[in-house]
Amino acid sequence: MTDRVIEAVDLVKDLGEGAAQVQALKGVSLALAGGELVLLMGPSGCGKTTLLSVLGCMLSPTRGTVHLLGRSTAGLPPEELARLRRTHVGFVFQSYHLFPTLSAADNVRLALDVRGERAAGAIARAGDALATVGLAGKMKAYPRELSGGEQQRVAIARAIVGNASVILADEPTGALDSANGHAIMTVLAGIARDSARGVLVVTHDPRILSFAHRIVRMEDGRIVGGEDGPAGATPL
Amino acid sequence: MSLSFRLASRNLFHDRLRFVATIVGIVFSIVLVTVQMGLFLGFERMVTTMIDHAPADLWVVPPGTKCFEDPSLLDERQRFRALSIDGVAGAVPVVIGFALWRMPGGGTTPVFVVGSDIKSAGRHPWNVLEGGLDSLSIPDAVGIDRSYFARLGVNGLGDAAEIRDQKVKVALVTGGIRSFTTTPYVFASLERARGYMGTSPNKATYFLLRLAPGADAANVRSRLQAILSDAEVLTPDEFRHRSRAFWLFGTGAGAALFAGAVLGIIVGTVIVAQTLYSSTKDHLIEFATLRAIGSSGGYIYRVIIYQALISAVIGFILAAGIGVITVAATAETALPIVMTPAPTVGLLLLTVVMCVASAISSIVQVMRIDPAVAFNR
Repeated sequence: MTDRVIEAVDLVKDLGEGAAQVQALKGVSLALAGGELVLLMGPSGCGKTTLLSVLGCMLSPTRGTVHLLGRSTAGLPPEELARLRRTHVGFVFQSYHLFPTLSAADNVRLALDVRGERAAGAIARAGDALATVGLAGKMKAYPRELSGGEQQRVAIARAIVGNASVILADEPTGALDSANGHAIMTVLAGIARDSARGVLVVTHDPRILSFAHRIVRMEDGRIVGGEDGPAGATPL
Repeated sequence: MSLSFRLASRNLFHDRLRFVATIVGIVFSIVLVTVQMGLFLGFERMVTTMIDHAPADLWVVPPGTKCFEDPSLLDERQRFRALSIDGVAGAVPVVIGFALWRMPGGGTTPVFVVGSDIKSAGRHPWNVLEGGLDSLSIPDAVGIDRSYFARLGVNGLGDAAEIRDQKVKVALVTGGIRSFTTTPYVFASLERARGYMGTSPNKATYFLLRLAPGADAANVRSRLQAILSDAEVLTPDEFRHRSRAFWLFGTGAGAALFAGAVLGIIVGTVIVAQTLYSSTKDHLIEFATLRAIGSSGGYIYRVIIYQALISAVIGFILAAGIGVITVAATAETALPIVMTPAPTVGLLLLTVVMCVASAISSIVQVMRIDPAVAFNR
């Protein structure tokens, strides 16, 4: 493992307004190093997804700081935060969020297209990313023609095609059976072998603990514990 | 094809029913605007057709004349005064007015008589299909348009009827000279036209002036205006403008056509805006995902604008097809719908502007998207 790709210090995030306001994060500090796969676990509503949104520059913290590749995101306007996301962060969502009208290759290429990379090389890179997740033969398939596990692998290909340094995955195995969940985690663990990339996975799924270098536990908006995961001792 | 364009087109065609509704809205709107605009252009052209086809450099008209069909009278002395001005080569009297045409089989119908000296370059019929201009010199001879045969109760050359208890005989037939008032034009010699309308021999409605070669029209006009105390001197353009202003706006006809066109634009904009908004709402999670993976606002707006432009082009092509059929179908009617290249390009631009404006509500909606929504769905 190498330098920290992302680091959050004393994050506080208030959601809502007035009487309905709740504090979703209550002073969270967390770092993710390159070559590391960290599982973020905790009960529903404990603030995991909010933390992921703040780390992914989708939400600005009420207090505290986020450093992405050493650069503070504090005070950056929405368009600049969007630029950071498309350049340095890859997202994997529980519901995949693929575009149903685009082929697998185009879904992956979209992550390059939003960066303005539209040359022929972009198509090749999308193909390489799909090959990395084991879907070289499904480039022209549409999401409706793919299984849940395959759709999630397309989503991972979309997250990695731009060489993002940080991969943030929200319950990536939540909608998958055991075999597919294992396959997805194998792909994510493979990504984390790259010392320039860190993978943070929010999960409830105890079946995937074996893939973690580190496990961080959250409760009620706070980090309440952490331990080394099984993969921390044995390289994946 | 760029990916954003592909995404836009696939989003659009994905829900075929909604896409059809969008296109129907655009087509309805543009056809409505086309018809209104075409009627406006046709009307504008028809109200000046007599002026357009007159060989006049200047018109001497009764004071306050509002349009060609305004049957006030000038005194013949004005003509001689005009001829006394250097630079005026000719002054041809024209008389116009309504009269009653008695059909050979019985019954009457109003007609609009246009009389001019046959031997001079006056306000003569054009598009002559049968007979010749000289034939109007024959006693009782008149010229009518073929499209009014049934209305006038005749079948062609040689048929007889009456105007003001005087026998008339069809000696000349034209094609396509129709009046927007639907009252048929009847061309006759100057003397007989005066007789049909009971106009004194020393009176005329207009004098068509021809200028000598090299004469300065503005100079001649100002001298004419000074000497003709009870008449106005107009250029053909001024007379056209005055006629259009009267018929299109003085009567309210133009305002009605204009209001119809505006209504069409509003209806079209609302329909397209509603369908685009609905489409955007259905794809909101996709736009949130785009935003989450870091697309700029401009990228998303481009997708929405592409959707609007694709709708505009397809809608316009269909509307133009219907417009061509409509123009052809009305070509022989009393008020044909006219469409020329410039207004057609204008309609295309209008369609594009309308559709892009319709996208604004969708863009506003997308601007409010929280990308974090992608984690919560």
